[in-house]
Amino acid sequence: MMVLGLYNYWIVIFLMMTGFYIVIARGNLIKKIVGLNIFQTSAFILYISIGKVDGGTAPIIVEGAPGTLYSNPLPHVLILTAIVVGISTTALGLALIVRIKEAYGTVEEDEITQKDGIH
Amino acid sequence: MIAAHLPALQIVLPLVAAPLCMLLRRGNLAWGLSLIVSLAALLIAALLLNQVLETGPISYAMGDWAPPWGIEYRVDVLNAFVLLIVAAVGAVVLPYARRSVAHELPESLHSGFYTAFLLCLTGLLGVTITGDAFNLFVFLEISSLSSYILISMGRNRRALAAAFQYLIMGTIGATFIVIGIGLLYMVTGTLNMADLASRIPALGENRTVIAAFGFLAVGATLKLALFPLHIWLPNAYTYAPSAVTAFLAATATKVSIYILLRFFFTVFGPAFAIEELTLGTLIIPLSIIAILVCSTVAIYQGNVKRMLAYSSVAQVGYMMLGIGFDTVNGLTGGIAHLFNHAATKGGLFLALGCIVLRLGSCRLDDLAGLNKRMPLTAFSIVIGGLSLIGVPLTAGFISKWYLVQAAVERDFWIAAVAILFGSLLAVIYVWRVVEVMYLRPAPEGAAGARSEAPLSMLIPTWILAAASIYFGVETSLNVGVARAAAQFLLGVQG
Repeated sequence: MMVLGLYNYWIVIFLMMTGFYIVIARGNLIKKIVGLNIFQTSAFILYISIGKVDGGTAPIIVEGAPGTLYSNPLPHVLILTAIVVGISTTALGLALIVRIKEAYGTVEEDEITQKDGIH
Repeated sequence: MIAAHLPALQIVLPLVAAPLCMLLRRGNLAWGLSLIVSLAALLIAALLLNQVLETGPISYAMGDWAPPWGIEYRVDVLNAFVLLIVAAVGAVVLPYARRSVAHELPESLHSGFYTAFLLCLTGLLGVTITGDAFNLFVFLEISSLSSYILISMGRNRRALAAAFQYLIMGTIGATFIVIGIGLLYMVTGTLNMADLASRIPALGENRTVIAAFGFLAVGATLKLALFPLHIWLPNAYTYAPSAVTAFLAATATKVSIYILLRFFFTVFGPAFAIEELTLGTLIIPLSIIAILVCSTVAIYQGNVKRMLAYSSVAQVGYMMLGIGFDTVNGLTGGIAHLFNHAATKGGLFLALGCIVLRLGSCRLDDLAGLNKRMPLTAFSIVIGGLSLIGVPLTAGFISKWYLVQAAVERDFWIAAVAILFGSLLAVIYVWRVVEVMYLRPAPEGAAGARSEAPLSMLIPTWILAAASIYFGVETSLNVGVARAAAQFLLGVQG
């Protein structure tokens, strides 16, 4: 039960590993950026999962407020910032890919390596 | 009135000036504005360090929201020192940048260059000054994104591939850090570093804390380029514009080391980080390998910029070695090396920029007979080289002396031998450059013609070269403050 109840964390781990694997294993620069996005998304889901507080309540003074499943807004706000960072990274990465395509005529890592011997 | 807001101004000034630079469009105007801002940042950093040394740590509540709810900027001896390093390097590199950038970048990119430069400065200063873990991640990404842009501005198309590689690895590192911070928030419910530090010990043996620690350690070591996570660094430093290489080499890895120090020693505490998780057994061997392998690789490089980049990875090894020792002497050596290496390597990369301006290349073979053509630049390389080796009376000697002392104290004889052997390897790669510059005759046609770099570039180069000597003789600033920071981190009274 414990294992199933934590299913969102299993999703986090699955996405993290998938994204990480794509970044490492794929030679196509666009695919690398996609992998990086998946990798970052896992961190977003982790934060959002943290935001659910069982038996908590919003910090408002109410007579006899019942403790229910409460969404802590802070992790959501944090992850909004992280999403913006992720978008900037993706945009910059794609812009670099456009420039690389112009300069090399390819977006495959091994062909780029071949063309000027970068390791 | 203003004095109370110095911690905020340190960040706000460059942050606001950056978009203004973009709006100014004209390269020279943008340069002038950045120069003023960087000098102001240096002044603020010096005032902050002075204030901290006199009255102890400063806590500044951003927007008047009291910590731990609001974001706190917290300045203590350690980060005041790092702020000073970053701001000083920024203020030295900017006067230099005008001619160097005008030479290496097309006119249309100039205002963009200064915008990215100021953003990078903002990010690095922000990472250093903030006392909030998530805020640290945001500033880290500001500095990283702008440094990818700066690197991609290099003339060679390889700069693009190098920037992309750095983007991938840097983002993985930053995401690891943000996951680590998230896990800490999960178990403590706070993001304020001081608050985290007070809550973590109560959790005892907690698997989430250990996982957070692992993520933070890997993320930070990726950013600071500890062997074997350094592969992004040589390409990035080799192909970036000269001014960028000098700035990043002297600041970016140093700030990442600061992040590591902050999390290991302030948030987790040395008892947990080094003793309980025996991190030293991981860091010390990796540092030794970094020193030996990367110094050896540096010897075989045909491009002097790339050689110095590999040497930087080796020097990061020295700093991490000091951290791994977990003693006052070790940390003093590591933190002092942070400062000394910033001066030395910054000066060397600036000198290479002068050479690129006049010769259009920094391949070793092209430097033949440089002492005739650019005697002052050549001599500044010799001084920087001596400091890299760690010859007495140079800054490099002081920090290595403390490191060797710390190694002997802890009976790590292998580490002591590695430090000395690393210096020998440095002798070889520095000598290769000196030999070509001084003993090999200049190629036909170029001989005899003196063409020294302009003063606006020579003076910054020499400021850093002179600093490599000055701080090797007069050590009250670098070693004095480093020792105070080490004692502060380990909680030992001086």
